[in-house]
Amino acid sequence: MNRVGIIFKKPFSLGLLFLALILFATAPFYVQPYLVILLTSVFMYIIITVSWTIFSGPTHYISLASAAFFGVGVYTSALLGKAFPLPVVIIAGSLISFVLALCIGLLTLRLRGMYFIIFTFSISELMRNFLLWWETTMTGTVGRWVVMVEHVTVYYVILVIFVMVLLTAYLIRRSRFGLALRSIGEQEEAATHIGINTTVVKTITFAISAFFMGATGAIMATKWKYIDPRIAFDPLLSFMPVLMAIFGGTGQLFGPVFGAAIFAYLEEILTTKFPYYYMLLFGSILIVVILFLPHGMVGLVQKWWGGGLNRKNANS
Amino acid sequence: MRILEGQNITKHFGGLAAVHQVDFDINQGEVVGLIGPNGAGKTTLFNLISGSLPATGGQIRYKGNKITGLKPHQICKRGVARTFQSAKLFAGLTVFENALAASLFGTKRAISVPDAEKEAAELLEFVELSTVREMRAKDLPIANRKRLEVARALATKPDLLMFDEVMAGLNSVEVAQAMELVTKIRKRGITIFMIEHVMKAIMNVCDRIIVLHHGSKIAEGTPEEIATSRTVIEVYLGE
Amino acid sequence: MRVFTSVLDVVIGGLIMGGIYALIAVGLGLQYGVGRVLNVSHGEFIMIGAFATWSLYTLLGVSPLVSLILCGPVLFIIGFLIHRTLFQYLRGKSESAGAFADSSLLASFGLLFIIQNLALLIWKADIRGYSYLNSSVSIFGAIFAANRLVALLFAVVISLVFYVFLTRTRLGKAIRAAAEDPVTAQVMGVNIHRVLAICFGLGALMAGFAGPLISMIYEIQPTMGLEYTIIAIIVVVLGGLGSITGSLIGGFILGLIGSVVTYFDPGLSLIAYYVIFILLLLIRPTGILGK
Repeated sequence: MNRVGIIFKKPFSLGLLFLALILFATAPFYVQPYLVILLTSVFMYIIITVSWTIFSGPTHYISLASAAFFGVGVYTSALLGKAFPLPVVIIAGSLISFVLALCIGLLTLRLRGMYFIIFTFSISELMRNFLLWWETTMTGTVGRWVVMVEHVTVYYVILVIFVMVLLTAYLIRRSRFGLALRSIGEQEEAATHIGINTTVVKTITFAISAFFMGATGAIMATKWKYIDPRIAFDPLLSFMPVLMAIFGGTGQLFGPVFGAAIFAYLEEILTTKFPYYYMLLFGSILIVVILFLPHGMVGLVQKWWGGGLNRKNANS
Repeated sequence: MRILEGQNITKHFGGLAAVHQVDFDINQGEVVGLIGPNGAGKTTLFNLISGSLPATGGQIRYKGNKITGLKPHQICKRGVARTFQSAKLFAGLTVFENALAASLFGTKRAISVPDAEKEAAELLEFVELSTVREMRAKDLPIANRKRLEVARALATKPDLLMFDEVMAGLNSVEVAQAMELVTKIRKRGITIFMIEHVMKAIMNVCDRIIVLHHGSKIAEGTPEEIATSRTVIEVYLGE
Repeated sequence: MRVFTSVLDVVIGGLIMGGIYALIAVGLGLQYGVGRVLNVSHGEFIMIGAFATWSLYTLLGVSPLVSLILCGPVLFIIGFLIHRTLFQYLRGKSESAGAFADSSLLASFGLLFIIQNLALLIWKADIRGYSYLNSSVSIFGAIFAANRLVALLFAVVISLVFYVFLTRTRLGKAIRAAAEDPVTAQVMGVNIHRVLAICFGLGALMAGFAGPLISMIYEIQPTMGLEYTIIAIIVVVLGGLGSITGSLIGGFILGLIGSVVTYFDPGLSLIAYYVIFILLLLIRPTGILGK
């Protein structure tokens, strides 16, 4: 149904993916612990970006609520981690985020464009500020300690979530659900007139995207060990997926993966080597990308490839 | 059988009555035209019927059942389809995908993807767009865009199809082709309700014509009656 | 008597804050209402104005009120140039209004990151403050610092002058015409490109006025910008998108609400703003005076 984006032949790229998966799955055995931790961070960003793209990509509703859903996962971990085993905590974080997204979606998905963007951002900020106030005023402590989990375990959990989110994104894209989402993104009014229940479709997709963000938050909390509202609901977590997805290109599946991977890696390097300059660099890259790469890196690559393929077809 | 009927339909925007106590009915199998000067409320009436806008007052019944208050997707699944004045195509999707989406979602009965693909392909044949099925909708010239709008509406298997100025912007050859298409659709048993400014088309194709002016119905009758009606002529000349 | 002074305290405190809110909201509202750019880096311009004032005062002893007169126009020019180059280019390249809205929003995020980082490099992350006109003034028994009252005075005067500018002058009318109907305005001879850039510059001008005023009353930090941007957005939506008067009124309303909430618990004021905002978006997104 959706043929755009498959540059290589299918069996080849599937094989490549499988190989990559095996490499990552066995990484802790032959790779330095520092790299495993780095990979965990990179995968975290990829998951958030891909989750974000599941909803915001086709519908063009730019959500800045990622921090809210991620933060919910983080706090679920902090609150339940001592009493419940890890799998329960992660599922709880995911489900609570899912339900939160359903509620937000039903309330607000009739807001369009700017209003939706600002609204989702407000939700994230409200939660951050509210929790900050609550923790200082009611509980007395701002931060919380999270039950620690071995970093290799964290890595594997992240890897599993990564595979799941990729699979989900892929299945949605190729299904009629994906077509419905893209129709909504192209012309929402017409979409309702051909029988698509846009409210349900949007809300469910929004919730699915939140599910994975919540799961990621829950597991990352265990890696960070100490969390507070500023860390859990960091607004940067809302901005980054947008930037990464646009950098990579939202039209294809691997665009956000690619964009997030590069950015996450860059962030790790920059925050350690140039902690005083990385915002400057990010901002500049963002502007450059907006100006010159409207379809992201993948769009650029496609232009080069597409030119070659078209010439071939014209001659045959 | 009355496939569509409206009683006392009213729509207010603030203090302005865009549609004011309009009664109408359409029988199955008819081709009914809706004309009137710009701003008469024709598209607003369509929006009320298709569910885009909530009515301020009055009732609309489709096949005897009340549809006022339902959402557009629910009304669509019951068998009412429409085209839009400025073709609201899914611009970034291909022609085929536009039709496919409508086939998949437009009916109450669940349909498999292969079946929907087949139906979409047949419909593109019907409107003569098969050759461009892989083209992005935004790259289509205007006549083909209108065809695609029609194909998409037909894909939802309507019993009532509403055309909103489907012939606007077409040259005389294209208008003739559009008229043929309307006749073909009628032969399939679909009832047609059409807003048009192209008088030649309305007069030749319609069984009956309803005339709106400033939101109210001012005349109704056969093309001959309307063409010779003093009220209608004054309204058009006066504008 | 005690109740009265408390109430007066809250009310005047609210008006002071409200005056500043009104200024920054009008600025943002112009950039969005006419230029169609939701400038999330608006707060950063405010921050620059505040810090420039701080530097000029602590290093050269320049009065903040003088800095205000300097910062405004300087930031106006910067804003004008940024729009002329960055946003005009994006406008030309965008396929649709929606695409421009998205790309301009993201570009302004980029500006936010860049400006904030530059400020952090120059001034470091510490909280700064200075005291100017700290003497106490007594009004009906309630005590206020002179600098706050001066700030309020300036905020009100600037707002009034600006209002007159928009309603009485030719340029002001051209701006309002462009806000209502850019196409017709262009047909009527309005140089749209220049008007849009001027509007963006005017937004920066407001920031350039608000920053110094804020620095007179509060402590400042290079990270202060985002909070003010958010408040500006809330006020614009509260007053109604596209309505300058709405932004002015909305600013004072929000300032008063903030003052009341702060009286009970300062940590809750921002939360209160968000709650109001969210309710507003759900119940009446068009705001008080919006269309």
